[in-house]
Amino acid sequence: MNVLAYLIPISLILGGAGLAFFVFTLRANQYDDPEGNSQRILSGEYDDHPKPD
Amino acid sequence: MTAVMRPQASACPACSAAPAAEALAQAVEPTEAHIVLSLPTIHCAACMATVERALEGAPGVRTARVNLTMKRVSIDADPEQTAADMIPLVEAAGYEAHELDATALNATQTDRSGRELLMRLAVAGFAMMNVMLLSVAVWSGAEGQTRDMFHWISAIIAVPAVAFSAKPFFVNAWTALKAQRLNMDVPISLAIALALVTSLWETTLSGEHAYFDAAITLTFFLLTGRYLDHRTRSVARSAAEELAALEVPRAFRLTRDGEEEQVSVSDLVVGDLIRVRPGGRMPVDGEIAEGTSELDRSLLTGETLPVYAEPGLQVSAGEVNLTGPLTIRATAVGRDTSLHRMADLVAVAESGRSRYTSLADKAAKLYAPGVHILSALAFVGWLIYSGDLRVALNIAAAVLIITCPCALGLAVPAVTTAASGRLFKRGLLIKDATAIERMAQIDTVVFDKTGTLTAGTPELTNLGDFTRCDLEIALGLAEGSAHPLSISLTTAARAAGIKPATLTDIQEIPGHGTQAIWKGQEVRLGRASWTNGGQATQTAAWLRVGSGEAQAFLFTDRLRDGAEEAVKALQDDGMKVILLSGDTTHAVEELAERLNIQHWMAEALPQDKAGRIADMTADGAHVLMVGDGLNDTAALTAAHASISPASALDAARVASDIVLLGKSLEPIPEAVRTARKSTRRIRENFTIATWYNIIAVPLAIAGLCSPLIAALAMSSSSITVSLNALRLR
Repeated sequence: MNVLAYLIPISLILGGAGLAFFVFTLRANQYDDPEGNSQRILSGEYDDHPKPD
Repeated sequence: MTAVMRPQASACPACSAAPAAEALAQAVEPTEAHIVLSLPTIHCAACMATVERALEGAPGVRTARVNLTMKRVSIDADPEQTAADMIPLVEAAGYEAHELDATALNATQTDRSGRELLMRLAVAGFAMMNVMLLSVAVWSGAEGQTRDMFHWISAIIAVPAVAFSAKPFFVNAWTALKAQRLNMDVPISLAIALALVTSLWETTLSGEHAYFDAAITLTFFLLTGRYLDHRTRSVARSAAEELAALEVPRAFRLTRDGEEEQVSVSDLVVGDLIRVRPGGRMPVDGEIAEGTSELDRSLLTGETLPVYAEPGLQVSAGEVNLTGPLTIRATAVGRDTSLHRMADLVAVAESGRSRYTSLADKAAKLYAPGVHILSALAFVGWLIYSGDLRVALNIAAAVLIITCPCALGLAVPAVTTAASGRLFKRGLLIKDATAIERMAQIDTVVFDKTGTLTAGTPELTNLGDFTRCDLEIALGLAEGSAHPLSISLTTAARAAGIKPATLTDIQEIPGHGTQAIWKGQEVRLGRASWTNGGQATQTAAWLRVGSGEAQAFLFTDRLRDGAEEAVKALQDDGMKVILLSGDTTHAVEELAERLNIQHWMAEALPQDKAGRIADMTADGAHVLMVGDGLNDTAALTAAHASISPASALDAARVASDIVLLGKSLEPIPEAVRTARKSTRRIRENFTIATWYNIIAVPLAIAGLCSPLIAALAMSSSSITVSLNALRLR
């Protein structure tokens, strides 16, 4: 059962990292144009680098 | 206002020299211009790339980025660039573009509240997953200290997460309670709070059942519903704002020394002289001071025949000037114009409109008190039976959690989101939250004629009655004019392979027609009185060669795309289709026959239209009104549901529930079908949610509902409801 002492913090940290990443994407305006982004990925134009904002 | 005040480089050179604008430009000293254009026709990856490339290749443009979700492009350009410079670039690339008044789009505010909801949803989601993992261990049989530890960790995660995520529910519930009302948020808040309190109490006593997972899952599902609801509304709102922003109200005022200056319509005062160019709309009511022309009054009265305009004639805001430039003296501005007076009629119609209660509200009205009574009864019952406060409280909490309107909270938003997404793809913008439900009930459809069933552009009908020689002369004359009838004549003659005759001294006499010299004879194309033509029952342009007899080119209004299909499909679906128009009996009768509409009424005044609809409603019919003109606004408001095309006047669009973004009428029957389907889904969802409750509530009251059963019932009902809604797509 001692393994829990490691596993629970690890799972919380991983989950927290996911949450922090989501907050980052939210702040970076990545949900402003979901439809456009899903289409943009199909064009070969920005394969080398993303389109600057 | 900055967008309006920006010096205009190309549209009007005099304005950029106007001292006020210049002073402002210097005062602000903009380093870049931010221009937003609406692109209603873009739909794919290639479209985005084409538009962006076309714009970024242009000199003066720094960056351009298309937002496909909003169908807009935002451009950062050098300060001297204006929207008028950008629109031709996009149009050259093959897409329709309209200027948007960037300040009218206060998207930032709605955006912020949407983002806040998304953040709360994310926190709830994170907490839910972690608490669920810990709960799985408890359900699989963790005991003693391990269980207590898991409960404590769950508490540490769930309590702050709920405090943050469920804040909107608590705030709403508190406002409702303060006003001594009950809404859906009251039982929700009570359930969440009570679940947390009893669970904390249980945990301190090393109890077996803790509902931390239920409290946070509940928050998560309900927030999902809230977020969906918010998104549907904000998409509709921003699109509606966009339509309003399309009409940038400007007018050309004549200064004392006879120069034109561009001003905002709101700055005009009575007595101002205003120049209205051909194709322009009257900004205010007034009297013609100078110039002759023809006026198109169809948006106000539904008449298709243009009216001859000469000095002294009274004009009303909203009329369109067709041929020559006019100078009008303002007699009424702003709120006093006839355009605004029509608003009184709308207000009357509005007060008569029966207030519609949405299905969700009806459900909430039954539901909120029921839940409280049920859980209070369970509490009292168990307290008397067992005499144990802890047991009684636990059971009351379980009842509240089980009955909590998780599925109910999702049932309506999930369906409306799916339905409005589907309709938006077909070019229909749902402006009102209950519009879909109301659309589902309609059994009668009333159409306006001019501008709704017809496109408002004339079409030549009797090309075959003329000799080739006459047609050649007519084409030569028509090509020299921008009058709608001339344009239509030109198109028709060109399509028939006619070459224009060689004419000299071509001259357009505004308000009358065009004249020229052909082989030494005077030839004229224009109004009947000017060419000695006879009487015509429909729109006509007369051609006179030399001193011969004038012959009439007859025109009918071209049908709007999809009008025939829409009318037929609606009739096939068993709906009664009615045509109400302000136009002449002859024109209306002809159109009714062409579209096979049995019931029609011509020469209807605005109050007649609204009155007819009120009568039908009184007879138990649910009327859908489709109209575009100012004369339709009262009728649009009086009807059970209403649709207006995007080309309609602002007032008509405001009065209607749904705006047709494309040019075709074809999506209307589809919209009715989708509305019916989605209402059926909402009812199904309510049934599903009710069945879950019927099964789970007795268990909860009997004290048999463990946190595991609560979690299963809640999640499965929410997921079934969402999946059922998605079937609409």
